[in-house]
Amino acid sequence: MNAPANVVTLAAKDFKSEYKPVWCPGCGDYTVLASITRALAALGLRPENVALVSGIGCSSRIPAYTTCYGFHGVHGRALAAGTGLKVARPDLTVLVAGGDGDGYSIGGNHFMHACRRNVDLTYIVMDNHVYGMTKGQPSPTTEPDWNSKLSPGGTGLREFHPLVIALASGANFIARAFSGDPSGTASLITEAIRHPGFSFVEVLSPCVTFRPEQRAWKEAVRASPVEPTDDPARAARRLMTDDGFNLGVLYKGTRRPYAPPGRASHAVADLEKEFAL
Amino acid sequence: MTAGKKKIKPDAAFADFMARAYVMEIDASERYADFADQMEVHNNLEVAQLFRKLSRIEGLHAKRIVEEMGWKQPPKMLLAWRWDDAEPPETAPVTDLHYLMQPWHALEIALRNERRAERFFARIVRSAKTPAAIRKIAAEMAEEEREHVRLIRDWMKRVPKPEPGWDRDPDPPVYSD
Ligand SMILES: Cc1ncc(C[n+]2csc(CCOP(=O)(O)OP(=O)(O)O)c2C)c(N)n1
Ligand code: SF4
Repeated sequence: MNAPANVVTLAAKDFKSEYKPVWCPGCGDYTVLASITRALAALGLRPENVALVSGIGCSSRIPAYTTCYGFHGVHGRALAAGTGLKVARPDLTVLVAGGDGDGYSIGGNHFMHACRRNVDLTYIVMDNHVYGMTKGQPSPTTEPDWNSKLSPGGTGLREFHPLVIALASGANFIARAFSGDPSGTASLITEAIRHPGFSFVEVLSPCVTFRPEQRAWKEAVRASPVEPTDDPARAARRLMTDDGFNLGVLYKGTRRPYAPPGRASHAVADLEKEFAL
Repeated sequence: MTAGKKKIKPDAAFADFMARAYVMEIDASERYADFADQMEVHNNLEVAQLFRKLSRIEGLHAKRIVEEMGWKQPPKMLLAWRWDDAEPPETAPVTDLHYLMQPWHALEIALRNERRAERFFARIVRSAKTPAAIRKIAAEMAEEEREHVRLIRDWMKRVPKPEPGWDRDPDPPVYSD
């Protein structure tokens, strides 16, 4: 995180662009946007020092709604673009955001390797257990028995457990938030940005259009009953028995973030010579 | 608040309580403004206007607290403040909207918010541990919220109650099942 000294602190609204989100009324992503802007304000950051990189999906529209630098990239490739950006411009605070389809299906491999690389960035997944943008197909986190016209009788497939995968792959900070608790989500995002290395915040963010039953998540979520641990083995035991509704920081590791080499090993012109026809 | 126009001389606990009351109002106002924006984007202008009005009303309540407390700067929305629920009691839950909702639904949301706010202040009034000055102002605020509940109930009588199937759309912007 790179907070400049001696500058006027901005308010959350200063991080909101003039574009009005086109999400469905009631979509959880509205409050994730509010939480991100609150977190950036609380950290004393400035929009020109923050980049928000996303993939494709309803949730991935988020960069346009902020005044930060934004990159609305290719489906599933948000982490690749975000990693490249952070390595090239370590002075920027880089946030990567998207949905469960973007991050765990088509982008699943990038997710694992971003955890493993432990570059100092924050990855926020708005998980609604469905592909919202393409109108309701099951995603890797969809329950096996979710019955819909596009998945009659349910997929029968076991859900992907993103937090366990993140831990096993080396993420340095793992938290779960709920969009219905914008202050709690803002606090977790703030902490994630502050924590060095790859920070992963999974936000349960209801899709009221294709999964209206997710409105009931507000009754299901609870604060995690245990303090965060820096012991991966303990975190693994907790996460393996987790029902998906414990909120808070679940793992806070101590791995050193990936440090890019101080200077380029080759000049760009030398590399270009290799490709000269 | 019926404490009158004169400025209040607060002690720290009192000022903290008033700051919370301020945050409650401002958060409710901002949420209604967000709802109005969402309704505008979806071209539901009647409900958008209603939410805009509710936002203005809550904003005025917040302004009055600032004036009565004589604050030069309104208190900040601190991340560390926790409420009994995830959000301040007068703030509408985000998932309660529908693009085809009608004014009656918006008022139903407002009614629930005012009731929660009334219960919040009433609980403070009943708490024996709370200093007397805070209980006194909380009692005034609870009474105000009760008055808002009455006003909204009257308002609801003046708008049509939605027919069953109000959310049916023969040409939905997104296809569900
Ligand atoms: C390469 C490619 N494959 C497929 C798609 C179609 N597509 C667009 S968004 C999306 C899934 C979105 O789901 P999610 O990431 O969960 O986001 P949500 O819309 O639910 O926020 C898919 C499959 C695409 N745009 N590009
Ligand atoms: S389809 Fe679902 S995820 Fe997409 S904007 Fe609507 S509610 Fe949100």
